[in-house]
Parts: sequence; C-alpha cells; structure tokens
Amino acid sequence: MSAPTPTIPGDAILVVRDLNFYYGDFRGLTNVSLNIAKSKVTAFIGPSGCGKSTLLRTFNRMYDLYPGQRAEGQINFHGKNLLDKKQDVNLVRAKIGMVFQKPTPFPMTIFENIAFGVRLYERLSSSEMDDRIEWALKKAALWGEVKDKLQQSGLSLSGGQQQRLCIARAIAVKPEIVLLDEPTSALDPISTAKIEELINELKSEYTIAIVTHNMQQAARISDFTAFMYLGELIEFGKTDTLFIKPAKQQTEDYITGRFG
Amino acid sequence: MNLYSRRLWVNRIGIALSMLAMVLGLVALMWILWTLFSKGFSALNWDFFTHDTPAPGSAGGGLRNAIVGSLMILGVTTLVSTPVGILAGIYLAEYGSTSKFAAVTRFVTDIMLSAPSIVVGLFVYALVVATTGGFSGWAGSLALCLIAIPVVVRTTENMLRLVPSSLREAAFAIGAPRWQVSLKVTLRAVKAGVVTGILLAIARVTGETAPLLFTALNNQFFSADMSKPIGNLPVVIYQFAMSPYDNWVKLAWGGALLIAMLVLGLNIVARVLFRNKSSV
Repeated sequence: MSAPTPTIPGDAILVVRDLNFYYGDFRGLTNVSLNIAKSKVTAFIGPSGCGKSTLLRTFNRMYDLYPGQRAEGQINFHGKNLLDKKQDVNLVRAKIGMVFQKPTPFPMTIFENIAFGVRLYERLSSSEMDDRIEWALKKAALWGEVKDKLQQSGLSLSGGQQQRLCIARAIAVKPEIVLLDEPTSALDPISTAKIEELINELKSEYTIAIVTHNMQQAARISDFTAFMYLGELIEFGKTDTLFIKPAKQQTEDYITGRFG
Repeated sequence: MNLYSRRLWVNRIGIALSMLAMVLGLVALMWILWTLFSKGFSALNWDFFTHDTPAPGSAGGGLRNAIVGSLMILGVTTLVSTPVGILAGIYLAEYGSTSKFAAVTRFVTDIMLSAPSIVVGLFVYALVVATTGGFSGWAGSLALCLIAIPVVVRTTENMLRLVPSSLREAAFAIGAPRWQVSLKVTLRAVKAGVVTGILLAIARVTGETAPLLFTALNNQFFSADMSKPIGNLPVVIYQFAMSPYDNWVKLAWGGALLIAMLVLGLNIVARVLFRNKSSV
C-alpha cells in the first residue's frame, strides 16, 4: 500500500520519502512519506506501538546506537539523505536536537549540562559561554529559577525543571530542528503547561516535531498533525482539519476515542 | 497444627538458622580481630614506624622499610591499574558490547579474577625476574597490577551497564562522539561505584603475599629503589612470623594488624562513598 504523499504549504525542512524501518525482521515503519514544515510544529499521534517514536528517532539516526535496527528510504535535509551511511551522525544530531520522555540531566552542574554540548562544536570565551548559557536558559524559561544556582547539580532540580534544562541543553547548540519525544508525559499539569508555552515560543525560530500521547496537546500546540497506526502514516495535514474534519475513518475513530 | 501456625514455625526455624550462621561468621571475624589486636597492638609504637627491620638476634627494630616499600608498590599498582582498568571497562561496556574481541577479553578477565595469586607471581617471575636477572619492586607492582586490573575492569563495566540507556541517548542526541559520552557522561554518572571498585581492588592486593615472594622479594634494609628488591609488609610478616626471635614475631603481629586496619579503612571509605553515590 502506498502512503499518501501529503502536500503542505511553506518550506519543508525534512522531506521523508518511502521510509521503511526494521527492528531485526520486524517492520516498524512502512512506506512513510511526509514533509516537516520549517518553523512549524508537527505533532505525531497514534496508539502505543504505532511507530511515531520510531519515526522521530530516524530523524536524528538515534537507532544507529542499536545493532539490528535499520532504516531504508530517504529523509532529505538540506538536499542530503540523512540515512546515507556516509552522513556524519554527530553533525546531524548537532543540527537536529532531541528531548526525551524522561528528563535526562547529565550528572554535572546546571552550567556544565548546557556547556557540554556547546563545547563540542564551538570554541567560546568564558564570557561568551556565560551569555550562551543565560540565553539558552531564558529561552527554556528556566533562567529565573536557576540563575543563582548554576553550580548546583542538574539532578537537584525538580522533574519539570530538569525537562526544561534538557530543552535548554538542546537549543544551546543552536539546532535547526528540535525533536520532542513525549516531553511532558512524565510531568505534572503545571510543568506540562510551561513546556507547551515554551514550544509555542520556540517555534518562531525552530522547527519542532513532537510525539505525544495526548491528543489535546497535539491540538493545542501543533500546526500539522500526523496520525499513525501500525507503522503506517494514515493521515497527515493541518491540525485544525485533521481534528475537525478527518479524511479517514480510522483517524476519526482514534481522535474520538472509539479506537481500541 | 494448622497451615498458618506451621508456616509460623518454619519461619522461626529459618530465622534461627540464619542468625546462627551470622553469629558463626561474626565470631570468626571477631576472633581474628581480637587476636590481631591483643598480639599486635603492643608492637605499634614509635620505633615500629621509624626503625627498619632488625637483624637476627638484635633487639627492638621496626617495619619502616617494609611500610615504605609496601606503600610504593601499592602506589605504582594503583597508578597503573586504575587507568588501564577503567579504560578496559569502558571498552567492554560502551564500545565492544557485541564484538568477539570484547567477549574474549571479558572471558579472560573473569579467569584472571579467580586465578590463584601464586600463579600470577610465578608468571611474573618467569617473565620479568628470570629474564632481567633480579627481583625488583617494579616486578612486584606488575604482579599486583595483574590481580587488581581485572577487578577494576569488571566493576567499571558492571557499573556502566547500570547507566540507563536514556542518559546515553541524551548525550548522543546533542551530537557528542562516543568517547565524550563515555568519559564525560556515563563514567561520571557511576563515579562513586568505580572509585569503590578501585578501593576494593587495592584492598584485595594489599595483603597479597605470594605474588611478592617471587617478584619484589624482600629487603632488610631501607630502600626506595623500585628496581631492586624492596621491603614489603606481607613478605616480612611471612618471614618474621615463622622466625624463632620474639621481637620478630611481635613485629609480624604488628604488621598484620597494620594491614588489617588498612584494608578495613579502605573498605569503610568504599562503603561510605558508595552510599553517597547519588551526590555529583
């Protein structure tokens, strides 16, 4: 079955074509094709195991860490196929950042948590580094809460703060795309609201792709939504259209909660 | 007797048996410590630390040369086995988790862990002492390294395997190369555990006698030259304890107490460190 090739307005920063993904012999994604629009928020929804996280993890080649997992097809980023063996994965990951479901602060100070990634690709003077860290923490709406304790361990923060630290860490290296893999599913409602607000502010400068289990969240924050089921892209389009007038019966069943 | 009261009795008997086993173990340990203290404590005076081992028949004396020699051999062992062990552990956990070479390394390390220390001593004797024509402190350190490194390798690897893959992924996700992820993120996350492993490895080799008998031998005079035979506590204890001289036997007890305290101290430090492992 050939998946719909969706058309979306605006510039596409990632062009995914005929993507297939395998966990060993198991096919996790089947012929996925879609465009990720620049400076927009694209949400991926679908039941557990539908392949939405798998798809997100192909965008920064996270699957490379695990032998036996492989992707076939094309993901074009600035005219080059990310899946190409010759592509330098570390450079890809510096341009396409990721924030995970559980907050993962590094076992170092708040300052070092952010400086670690910046030092990998830039040589900054200490005052430039201070500025960069303040900038990233302000972007992540965390500066006010941590500015007096930058030398404390990142692990000393609350869960919501840790997650915003991870977002600050991801944007401090100035990526073009930020991938968010269920970034709020381990957080309380107040922290969740803060992160959603943050996503809204970040989208003017970054392209955001977010996987979420929470359909209201997708509806609230995204410009485009992709509904996936059993490793296939079922429907993809403007979030308003997809939630109000879905084209496919399966999509409608899922968003109205009639789905297993 | 109904089922419940039967189970109650089984429980009581089980607890009584395990208490008995614990008491047996503790009695043995306390007995050893008590004997060490009662026979060795009186030997620990100023002379013990400032005088060298006495000649046969002469009175008094101390273990200065053996203490210094032991510290030097242990110091070199620690300086060598720590980086080698940690790097090998990182290789096994972070790089070679699936390679054949890593599997072989892991297997050999496990064998080394249980190799009798006298075999290690003989090996270094044949390899170094016999070919270079002399016993030396370096050979002693080498033998102790061969015993300590496998301990450090396995603790480091086991600790790194406890690091959740999410932390590793997070570090890779900002574009960090594998060596940076290993050294700066995952190793740092298990720092306390790895340091504990190193301390336990040192504690393990502190009392090793057999490897030193064939390598560092002994030296009744003060020497800080690692390329010559060098005095060390375990071999001095071994020789003095079986001697006919009362002051030698007393010094042997003092040396044994000193080693026991050193090992106990290392173990306590290791435990305290490991308990506070959540601190960064």
